[in-house]
Amino acid sequence: MAITWKMPKWFYQMGSPRWFYDISSRLLPGFAIAAALLLVVGAVWGLAFAPPDYQQGNSFRIIYIHVPAAILAQSCYILMAMAGAVNLIWKMKVADMIAKSCAPIGATIAVLALATGAIWGKPIWGAWWVWDARLTSMLILLFLYIGVYTLYSSIENDINAGQAGAILALVGLVNIPIIKYSVDWWNTLHQPATFSVIEKPKMAPEMWMPLAVMVLGFYCFFAVALMLRTRTEILQREKRTGWVRQLVEEK
Amino acid sequence: MTNQSDSDLGLGRVFWMTLKRDLLLSYRRRNDLVSPLVFFLMVATLFPLGVSPEPKFLSEVAAGVVWVAALLSTLLSMDSLFRTDFDDGSLEQMLLSPQPLALLVFAKICAHWMISGLPLTIMSPLLGVMLFLPNEGMGPLIITLLIGTPTLSLIGAIGAGLTVGLRKGGVLITLLVLPLYIPVLIFGTGAVQAASSGLPIAGYLAILGAILALGIVLAPIAVAASLRISVSS
Amino acid sequence: MYFNSFSELIDMGGHGLYVWACYGIALTILVFNIVSPLMAKKQFINELSRRLKRERRISDNNS
Repeated sequence: MAITWKMPKWFYQMGSPRWFYDISSRLLPGFAIAAALLLVVGAVWGLAFAPPDYQQGNSFRIIYIHVPAAILAQSCYILMAMAGAVNLIWKMKVADMIAKSCAPIGATIAVLALATGAIWGKPIWGAWWVWDARLTSMLILLFLYIGVYTLYSSIENDINAGQAGAILALVGLVNIPIIKYSVDWWNTLHQPATFSVIEKPKMAPEMWMPLAVMVLGFYCFFAVALMLRTRTEILQREKRTGWVRQLVEEK
Repeated sequence: MTNQSDSDLGLGRVFWMTLKRDLLLSYRRRNDLVSPLVFFLMVATLFPLGVSPEPKFLSEVAAGVVWVAALLSTLLSMDSLFRTDFDDGSLEQMLLSPQPLALLVFAKICAHWMISGLPLTIMSPLLGVMLFLPNEGMGPLIITLLIGTPTLSLIGAIGAGLTVGLRKGGVLITLLVLPLYIPVLIFGTGAVQAASSGLPIAGYLAILGAILALGIVLAPIAVAASLRISVSS
Repeated sequence: MYFNSFSELIDMGGHGLYVWACYGIALTILVFNIVSPLMAKKQFINELSRRLKRERRISDNNS
């Protein structure tokens, strides 16, 4: 992979692990406070101050967890694949570490989306699980995440692991629209008459405003979790450098 | 290992120490333990996708699908039973030690079951729910897997022992061992399906238990013999 | 506020178990994703500082 386009100087500066470590130290408090605030406000709003749904009653309030988690799980995969691509093209270590850190976070969020989707289904459909298009696609996304994470952790050499993981993530990225299309098609073949997909009803502002707050809160949380995990990865990989040793000795 | 002379080391202690060593080694490679479980889940997912997600259809095949998935996952994890020990030479040490090889092998198989078959059994209700297994079948599913997966580990170990030195060992184990798995599969799924129809399952469980007992007594000896053959060649 | 009392909030019109289970699982997963890297970082720092101290002691003994 030897294509290199001429990028501006700040682009290459971003590739320095030490630079990322320093700048994330400054960004973390802000994002952490934002995440905590948005999540608490959103959750309280959604739980107590938003109206229940006409058909689904109070179980509708699960949407304030399920939808942000689903959105985040998908965005995180795209970020993971893009960061892997940056690593492949420009051999940027920081991009590799970000990609590697995305995998476990994305996998747990996908699990959250699946669990809340299934639990939400029980009062509505009377079943803990249905093979509908959206849940099945999310399950396949979880499998993709687990595959990428397993690949990253199986290969001893960090550089090779980064390249292999990036390739797998990109292959998965290209596959996601294909998977979605085929699962949707499969679902129309077998559409059980009594089940309907978890409909997002025409939402009044009182309903989608807390949802927007929660989505923002989840994204801020993701930034915090990603920065924390990438920082740890940086320390582990750069442990032979002077600045890491100095940092450790200061503690 | 301790500095005591071998006559001081009772068989119970030998078993326990081998078991602990294997569990500790597996704990150090925690990430590898998850793969068979994810495979288990993925195989079960393939059936609704490949055939039909209709609850009526799935609830009929759920018992068989879960059992086949458990079988394949166990096969997948069998290769790792002896491979790392073979690669770093500790397997030869075990063969040379004055401790009965069958006992060491039995301890290793127990450890292997604890990290593969047992988690599979614990995860099986999740798959049962996803495949719409009738509620009456859930309990029998867990019980039959609890009795059956140790048998699968024991029989699989024979295959692992026979192929430990070979490069293509993994696939070969499958060919050797699958025919031997068929009786366990038949009685395991038979029990779950009988329970789903409301029939008694004591007979099935008795047969599964007898197969397990036979396995516990005979398999370690067979595995020990195959290891001696494989490693010496 | 769509609930008249605290017990009504917990009950959620019969759906309380589902709603609170979801929020509970969400909290667990979010907390895990914060705590897990922090603990790994602490473990790493401990190990590295121990190793550096050992190396320093050895080099002091040699010189």
